[in-house]
Amino acid sequence: MATQLRVIHYLNQFFGGIGGEDKADARPTVKTGPVGPGVLLQKCLGESADVVATVICGDSYFNEHTDDALAEVLKLIAAQKPDLVVAGPAFAAGRYGVACGAVCSAVKERLNLPAVTAMFPENPGVDLYRRRTYILPAGNTAMDMGGVMARLAPFALKLGRGEPAGPADVDGYLPTGMRRNEFDAKSGAERMVEMLLDRLQQRPFTSEVQLPQYDQVSPAAALSGLENATIALVTTSGVVPQGNPDRIESWRATKWMKYPIGHLQEMSPAEWTCVHGGYDNGYVRQDPQRAVPLDILRELEQQGKVGRVLPYLYTTVGNVQPVERARRFGREMALALKQDGVHAVLLTAT
Amino acid sequence: MAFFSAIPAIPLNVGAYRVILGRAVPYVLGDPHLTPEHERALRRQQVLLGLQSLCTAVTTPTLLEVQAA
Repeated sequence: MATQLRVIHYLNQFFGGIGGEDKADARPTVKTGPVGPGVLLQKCLGESADVVATVICGDSYFNEHTDDALAEVLKLIAAQKPDLVVAGPAFAAGRYGVACGAVCSAVKERLNLPAVTAMFPENPGVDLYRRRTYILPAGNTAMDMGGVMARLAPFALKLGRGEPAGPADVDGYLPTGMRRNEFDAKSGAERMVEMLLDRLQQRPFTSEVQLPQYDQVSPAAALSGLENATIALVTTSGVVPQGNPDRIESWRATKWMKYPIGHLQEMSPAEWTCVHGGYDNGYVRQDPQRAVPLDILRELEQQGKVGRVLPYLYTTVGNVQPVERARRFGREMALALKQDGVHAVLLTAT
Repeated sequence: MAFFSAIPAIPLNVGAYRVILGRAVPYVLGDPHLTPEHERALRRQQVLLGLQSLCTAVTTPTLLEVQAA
């Protein structure tokens, strides 16, 4: 049938029937028609779409040679002249999830074709690619194959027919963070009051703006004393060496740095400045200790009240920082501080 | 970790447990309107409070502030 949508299905070596972990280095190949889970995909798509071919690549090969693998996979896909690409589902398999996300993003961005995948919401592929492609939530094992294919197929058909995706909660994909303007019969004020009334009446309501979710962490245990403790100074206030040698941005900083302070008695304005662009930083430039209290901590160290001041300052700019990047900085800094043998941290934020 | 902030509602609401009140956003530790000696004394009190919090067990987010002399 000429009106049938041509679908390409992407699978890893395991679901593609090539082999297990021993075949994870398999380079991209193509097989005609549906393979493995593709048979179920074809059944769920029905007669309006045809899984014309399956592109298969080993998970290790893809992740260890991403650029090459992606180029080869895209070439194989493009040769089939598809209308639509479906990848996975990858469930909780990390390398497979990353590959599915990368393939779908590249299909959309480089081939300008619709693509969709599915995986467990905690698969690392979700964090990496949810903003660039549609990812449906799946269970964490292949036990959910039937359930996820039944949801994946109708959404894939919709995309394949060139229809715009509806909101994430309607079409069932993980939110991409994309917001579209739309007209509503009621003004914002009316909708807000309705929402407030719902809330007061303890009726269910859905906010139009989803706030970031923060992690819950457990409090660190108390130190038994400070006399033998190594204490680190960490700041998001934007204190950096004069001249800002590493060019930390004054907002939406893309990096954090670690600068030696072991030789210093205090933070002199001759040697240090402040590049934070979100507050009047003149007071900190005048005296950087208003953000990094090295003078006091050094004094306490010399009096024996504190074991040791870590000889490095960890610093970045916390201005207009996206939560996801801030979380990454936090993880990286915590890891580095642990490697430095730190027992506790004094953090100043502005 | 002891967290020094002039807007403590933020760290307290995102899960910091030991929060010490800063003087103001542009000068969290110290205060340029005081004499240099008094400013240093204030910063010392703030830092000591932070260090003290590190040696104190907490189960819920807790705010500490320097008491006026």
